[in-house]
Amino acid sequence: MNRESANGKEKLGFIVNPLAGIGGRVGLKGSDGLDTVKKAFDLGAVPFSPARATEALKGLSLIKGEIDLITYPFEMGEDEARECSFAPVVLGSIVPGETTAADTKRAAQEMAELGVNLLLFVGGDGTARDIYEAVGDRVPVLGIPAGVKIHSSVYAVSPRRAAELVKEFLRGRAPVCEMEVMDIDEDQFRQGRVSARLYGYLSVPFERRLVQGAKVGSSGASESTKAIAEHVVDLMRDDHYYILGPGTTVKAVGDELGIDKTLLGVDLVHRKQLVGKDLNEEQLLALITGKNTKIVVTVIGGQGYIFGRGNQQISPRVVREVGKDNLIVVSTQRKLVSLNGPLLVDTGDYELDESLSGYIRVITGYNEESVWKVEY
Amino acid sequence: MTTETLTHGEYDKHREYEQIETGYQAVRWHEPVIYELSRKGSRNQIVPEAEEEIRSKVGDVVSHIPEQMRRENPPELPELSEPEIMRHYLRLSQQTLGFDSGISIGLGTCTMKYSPKVNDQLARLPQLSEVHPLQPEDTIQGILEIMYELRNWLCELSGMDEFSIQPRGGSHGVYANACIMRAYHRSRGDAKRDEVITCAVSHPCNAGCPSTAGFKVIQLYPDKETGDIGLQALKAAVSERTAGLMLTAPYDTGVFDSEIGEYIKVVHEAGGLVSLDQANFNGVMTRLRAGDIGADLMHFNLHKTFSTPHGSCGPATGAIGVKQELRKFLPVPVVEFDGSRYHLNYDLPQSIEKVGSFYGVVMNALKAYAWIMAMGARGLREAAEWAVINNNYLIKKLLEIRGIGIAWPNRGKLQEARFTLEKLKEETGVGTSDFNLRITDYGVQSYFESHEPVIIPEPVTPEASDTVSKEDLDRFVEIFRRVSEEAYTDPGIVKTAPHRCAIHQTDPEPLHDPKKTVTTWRARLKKHE
Repeated sequence: MNRESANGKEKLGFIVNPLAGIGGRVGLKGSDGLDTVKKAFDLGAVPFSPARATEALKGLSLIKGEIDLITYPFEMGEDEARECSFAPVVLGSIVPGETTAADTKRAAQEMAELGVNLLLFVGGDGTARDIYEAVGDRVPVLGIPAGVKIHSSVYAVSPRRAAELVKEFLRGRAPVCEMEVMDIDEDQFRQGRVSARLYGYLSVPFERRLVQGAKVGSSGASESTKAIAEHVVDLMRDDHYYILGPGTTVKAVGDELGIDKTLLGVDLVHRKQLVGKDLNEEQLLALITGKNTKIVVTVIGGQGYIFGRGNQQISPRVVREVGKDNLIVVSTQRKLVSLNGPLLVDTGDYELDESLSGYIRVITGYNEESVWKVEY
Repeated sequence: MTTETLTHGEYDKHREYEQIETGYQAVRWHEPVIYELSRKGSRNQIVPEAEEEIRSKVGDVVSHIPEQMRRENPPELPELSEPEIMRHYLRLSQQTLGFDSGISIGLGTCTMKYSPKVNDQLARLPQLSEVHPLQPEDTIQGILEIMYELRNWLCELSGMDEFSIQPRGGSHGVYANACIMRAYHRSRGDAKRDEVITCAVSHPCNAGCPSTAGFKVIQLYPDKETGDIGLQALKAAVSERTAGLMLTAPYDTGVFDSEIGEYIKVVHEAGGLVSLDQANFNGVMTRLRAGDIGADLMHFNLHKTFSTPHGSCGPATGAIGVKQELRKFLPVPVVEFDGSRYHLNYDLPQSIEKVGSFYGVVMNALKAYAWIMAMGARGLREAAEWAVINNNYLIKKLLEIRGIGIAWPNRGKLQEARFTLEKLKEETGVGTSDFNLRITDYGVQSYFESHEPVIIPEPVTPEASDTVSKEDLDRFVEIFRRVSEEAYTDPGIVKTAPHRCAIHQTDPEPLHDPKKTVTTWRARLKKHE
């Protein structure tokens, strides 16, 4: 894929979901589906994402001449681009006023094929999910938060910060990291239940605000996850079973063991061998009941959950069977500090959540742990 | 991006920014590496040959050097004349901002107080500078007396019972203390104690050193609201595996943990030892004694509170202090006095052995001794007061500047404080690393941001210390005010700084790639072979 334009400029893909966040202001807890959108407009909702989009583009005005902004027609990016005096390359076609997820996916696909250096989108978890389905981790992606559901870790702090991060990235000074794409089941959410699924991982540039100035290098993150993985493996006992939850840090444990650990699923390991892959609650219970077992989990999503988001297979029954003293929580120190708050648990079992709360030890390196607060 | 990599437009802008008057313009020499100045046959002094009579009496001098130590080939030194060497190093020094040429208020946690020149002169006296470290004890009684007196005063200031000035720096002192902890537990047959607890706003050596000494490190973090660790968190870290707690008090954030007395009690009850890193002693000197609040070990940085010069990784001293029951584990030798003579005692069978060559950095001992003598008890008390007053004046003034905030605003700060440029970054795009480069255009050293882990975003950690003038403080504040204003009016000036320094910008990325960096000329030649 040719990432260098003929004119030597960087290619920046730009997708706006004009309906992102529509449901939020009128209390609809999400904006998925034409019915919900119509309901939102009936309730007097006003589009939220265009303003976020222009705010971000304004932050990029200084480098206008150095980039080719590649976008989709009308309200999917072209309008905002022209408003901010960019001369965008406009791909594809849409029916104005009637855009859907399919348009987002097509846009992302076409921009990936064109070889954009970075794909910038304005939207929420739903939009992130659509982009993930279209491009996976082929292209670096950065989100400008404009949705109701923002549980994924793929967003910049704000539109202005997104612009700064884009500039850093295009200068080769922002490392990329795999970040979770989450989506909350909206029907469940409206009924008062939060059920978040871990959809996948996007490749996202991250802000170095919590890493001192000169220290760049994507090796930083992978070095510490490797150290964590080595420590966990060194602690493993042959007479124990190990439930390995989803997430990149736990995947690193799998890599250290030399097994093909699923990134999104829950696997079971015994004597350093994979004995079960992508297991659900029943399968887990069948395999571990009565056995000495430990659970290895990490933080999933941007909110700090160690149970209840993306790993519901490790259900309250599973946790009780294993015993809460047999939990191994792993995370890089950087991730913990970036939460700027406690770890969270939401297993659905209130008593269990209460018993898991307090202060726990998290493995943050080789022979290194951090004490962190857990709340429910 | 160095000036060579700027685009045409950027370069023109840079030339514009260079014209902005800041009261400083660095000397700019395009000075090569000295090897590149070498010209075959250039010579410095030509040492004349000794006369025949002397040569025949002395014989072959080289034969005194053991055969296996003799060079086969002469060293490949660069060939220059004396004036060329003089010029080269002088030019390099002209391009460097140092303590003697500018304000160092920005360097938090370092305690950059003034090192009186008279103490440097004392250290250069031949009675000290020409002494051989292996000379017999009875020829160095004066030096040992100074070391012993210093030891007495350090005990008095810390509330500890014995000192060693063997460790060559603060981290070295913390490492020695971690080794003493290990030796203590081992001597009691307590092998299962393999964990040391520390916190993220202590100096990171409080984590790194016990880790190097073989301990597992349990890291605690300051509470977002209070700035303290919190007793609940500490209790979650303490167990029967706890060998000890290693904390810096007050923290590098200037906060003195309000529950530290409780932590010490809890750790002691669990059978662990407590070591206090007193690098920040400048804020509490004569008002807090580590020994009084229950510490079993501690250390002072003589090159911080006690004014001996910061060596830039040169001769520093981390003086470690211990309670009586840990004395037997101290590194040897320990200086002792029997009422009439001073001795170097090497006979401590349970010692953690030598941690440095000979018996310490004697020059530092002398300078610290001289400084304490000159200050006197009242002066020491005032020094701490001034350190805290100056810091709080700085805090008040800096917080009047747009875009600057402070961590834990509700907590009192002692010797220093951690500020944040998060608001500035949000509103202008200018963050702490940009800001830090621009202030050097005003002729002051860069400030210290933060140790890892970086908990406060876009951090700034200055430390005024006791030896700054109000004019210095006001100038430092004025510079911050100017740069903040620049950030709001034309952020390009700050983001492409520096403009008035010897070098424009360096790309730090290659420094982290061993494939792209060498540290010696010989390695460079090898790489290009």
